Amino acid sequence: MPTLETEVLVVGGGSTGAGVARDAAMRGFATILVERGDLATGTTGRFHGLLHSGGRYAVKDPVAARECVVENPILRRTAADCIEDTGGLFVSTRWDDPGFGDDFLRGCQATGIPVEEVPVAEVLRREPRLDQGITRAFAVPDANLDPWKLVSACTRSATEYGARILPYHRVLGLEVSDDKVVGARVHNEVAGDELEIRAELVINAAGAWAGQIANLAGCVVTVLPGKGIMIAMNHRLVNTVINRCKPPSDGDIIVPIRTVSVIGTTDVRVADPDELEVTPGEIDEMLDEGEKLVPGFREARALRVWAGARPLYTPDDVTDTRDVSRTHTVLDHAKRDGVEGFITITGGKTTTFRLMAEHAVDTACEKLGVNRRCRTHEEPLPGSEEERFYWLGARVRAQEPVPNSEEIICECELITRRQLTEAIARGRPAGLDDVRRRVRLAMGPCQGGFCIYRATGILHEFEHLDHQAANSALLDFLQERWKGVQPILHGDQLRQARLDDWIFQGLLAVEHLPE
Amino acid sequence: MTEFVRDSLDHCVKCTICESFCPYSQATPLFPGPKYVGPQAERFRRTGVSPDISVDYCSGCGICTQVCPQGVKIAEINSQARAQLWEERGIPLRNQLIARPSVLGRLGTPVAPLANWTLRNRVLRRIGERALGIHRDAALPRFAGRTFQRWARKHVSPAAERTVVYFHACGTNYYEPSVGQMTVEVLEHNGFHVVVPPQDCCGLPLQSNGNFPAARAYVRRLAANLAPYAREGCAIVSNSTSCGLMLKREAREILDVEDEDVAVVSEAMYDLCEFLFLLHERGELRTDFAPLELTVPYHAPCQQQGHGIGKPALDLFALVPGLQAIELDADCCGIAGTYGLKKEKYEISMTVGERLFSQLRESNGDVAACDSETCRWQIEHGAGIHAVHPIEVLHRAYGLGH
Ligand SMILES: Cc1cc2nc3c(=O)[nH]c(=O)nc-3n(C[C@H](O)[C@H](O)[C@H](O)COP(=O)(O)OP(=O)(O)OC[C@H]3O[C@@H](n4cnc5c(N)ncnc54)[C@H](O)[C@@H]3O)c2cc1C
Ligand code: SF4
Ligand code: SF4
Ligand code: SF4
Repeated sequence: MPTLETEVLVVGGGSTGAGVARDAAMRGFATILVERGDLATGTTGRFHGLLHSGGRYAVKDPVAARECVVENPILRRTAADCIEDTGGLFVSTRWDDPGFGDDFLRGCQATGIPVEEVPVAEVLRREPRLDQGITRAFAVPDANLDPWKLVSACTRSATEYGARILPYHRVLGLEVSDDKVVGARVHNEVAGDELEIRAELVINAAGAWAGQIANLAGCVVTVLPGKGIMIAMNHRLVNTVINRCKPPSDGDIIVPIRTVSVIGTTDVRVADPDELEVTPGEIDEMLDEGEKLVPGFREARALRVWAGARPLYTPDDVTDTRDVSRTHTVLDHAKRDGVEGFITITGGKTTTFRLMAEHAVDTACEKLGVNRRCRTHEEPLPGSEEERFYWLGARVRAQEPVPNSEEIICECELITRRQLTEAIARGRPAGLDDVRRRVRLAMGPCQGGFCIYRATGILHEFEHLDHQAANSALLDFLQERWKGVQPILHGDQLRQARLDDWIFQGLLAVEHLPE
Repeated sequence: MTEFVRDSLDHCVKCTICESFCPYSQATPLFPGPKYVGPQAERFRRTGVSPDISVDYCSGCGICTQVCPQGVKIAEINSQARAQLWEERGIPLRNQLIARPSVLGRLGTPVAPLANWTLRNRVLRRIGERALGIHRDAALPRFAGRTFQRWARKHVSPAAERTVVYFHACGTNYYEPSVGQMTVEVLEHNGFHVVVPPQDCCGLPLQSNGNFPAARAYVRRLAANLAPYAREGCAIVSNSTSCGLMLKREAREILDVEDEDVAVVSEAMYDLCEFLFLLHERGELRTDFAPLELTVPYHAPCQQQGHGIGKPALDLFALVPGLQAIELDADCCGIAGTYGLKKEKYEISMTVGERLFSQLRESNGDVAACDSETCRWQIEHGAGIHAVHPIEVLHRAYGLGH
């Protein structure tokens, strides 16, 4: 079995793992990160997209709120390119107790969240789609955060500091010798072979799967996966993050991110983070709640639905996952379970991923007997050096003054042939879904109806795929997309699905492609 | 309502039908086409900063909206995006100027001979192109020197059982008062008492030049003048297809004007030919037409098509014995209100119009007919054939000629 050696092995390629790998590499540790799928395909790539101001936790979870207060400005400075500064509002709708606004204000003041009550008339001028019956509104520094850009920037930086990032490498087992974790047995999911990675320290950053990884070293860590669903609407119904001003509940936030607005979410305790079913009842609930914030929500076009699993570390027996604090936990298994060379970092949220990484690597330093300062709060991520926020209009602006002079492959999300081939060249994609995350391919209204066959052709040409591989890339993508689209098919999106169906079944006969 | 326009982007299925119909994107690489600037680019807008200037190359002809099988309000989305663009950048003097026909009209009418000479003087036009950006060769109208309003104030419309209100718009008032007279006479011939209320510009040129606030003020004022008649149940007719459409629909859909006067006026608004043909369908139109041995190629202007009423001018021509009407199928003459006047757009406008011009030249018509005044000027300029409003043909067939 081929063997790699390293100081730090990070398990999990979500925001936490990517943050840990970067921090460790920046502090001079030889670092390897393994992720069983593509980067950010766990909870991070399925989250709501909100860079929290802390407002959401102001009343019920002051510790989590304070962490957001600290981290929000740090990320605005160091990860500006992954953030769009939309601002956020907490609004009391006619279904909410206006009195909660006072608790909210007090909570914000106590935890240091910059907050300001805004006259309703002004809010309605800024966000004309909001229900006219709102009674109060508070402005907070919420923003949106692009998970794929974030993880990609972190891993790029980590690589620049010498780390190795290995997507499609699944941890099958941890090597434990004399009560010490000394490495991991890893399966290369693309090539199909196994390798061994020997490490002085393994950091378990497997999110909702952290319990499973801990188990491999014989440690019991209870992570309750809390399932949440989200629905992306075809365009920006609002341009500010809109939160209901009430105790956190289902479907109470709309996040405008890139070209869409996303409503979410729910919180249901599930047994397995890999089995996240979306029920019609949950979809209805989201649309109903959306309607309360933005009348006409139900008639607006819904693009796709997905679910993610919150990694909620639970020290004792807790039944309602919403009652678990949203802060994170670093577990040194030597102290806790008598197992050396093994740390678990779990819980938390993407907003605080940097802080989580800092705490985890601090513990790593302690365990490895060195004292090295964290610098991730100072050094901007690659692409964010100029501290300029991402701007929604950028892709359209890039086409000016003579649009269409470059060949556009994905029309909905405005992706040119050059952008696509660059994305493919950035690292061999295992499939079109990976390309999708890198550039938002096929994420617009037609959900790939017009661009996926084009992209398949380009992938085929560029990666010298044989016809089988090209065909299955196309089919896999269509299958994957169908999962996200099928549960919410109605109205405009149903009409689109029919047209796409004619293209793929009628014109291209995809079901009869040679294997 | 603005949101209603934007929301219609949700219906787009990317079929590209609009792209294959837009005459302007076919004429210039500077304009990426209706699907691109409409439902697609709109998803990247509304952040307070306009990402694209290319939307300014949309003429607003509205053909895309008409052909879209899914009901996407493409031209309207573009129009709003243009307004946002100019709100951010400030509207150039030229666009301010050509967007105010009634102001120009009031200035030019008393000094018509001088004004007309100026507008046709090559040297001055070259200076005008450099200073104002109005293309030296673009077709500009002639001031008539007397306004239609002046005629109407002196004219006594015979009492009749039915009353109709006439909205003549600026083109008729300052440049073609005779079209207004013929309209009144044809309506009177059909047993109407014709009322011509005082009226100013509807704001359409301001709207298409991106000045929504001023456009709103104009259309509100106009609607306030017309609304009392609409409330009494009078129909309002207009021979100006674009200005009629402004009152019928665009003030509400594009300018987002929520105003009771505008609402009642829009319900009472009829295009002149539409109104006459509806009369005919009820058996109320006089058909005492004398034979007219003329070949008349007819161009339905885009704004007329935007009414969604078919081509009633052709239906009316069919009632005139001897009249040989030829239906032309070119989409657009290229002028699109004030688009073709602009220095940077004149060539595009002439390229767009070429299909129509060559059809007109090949038709060997005696005279061309077209409902919109700016299009008639463009037709005369581009095809070298005299062009009249359909009412002029009917007026002659009724034997009402002076
Ligand atoms: C519905 C929902 C909405 C949310 N919204 C927000 C929000 O708006 N803002 C915010 O800040 N936070 C939000 N969160 C929280 C946030 O998304 C998560 O806390 C964060 O993404 C967790 O990141 P992670 O890296 O710890 O986990 P993950 O992103 O899940 O990463 C763990 C990775 O480990 C990998 N893995 C698992 N098993 C193995 C193995 N055997 N070998 C190798 N790799 C393995 C998985 O594939 C996965 O990619 C939301 C969470 C949910 C569920
Ligand atoms: S015609 Fe309508 S549905 Fe088709 S691409 Fe154009 S806007 Fe979209
Ligand atoms: S309004 Fe006319 S010019 Fe503008 S996009 Fe539509 S068809 Fe083209
Ligand atoms: S100018 Fe005439 S033909 Fe051209 S766009 Fe307007 S109405 Fe259409």
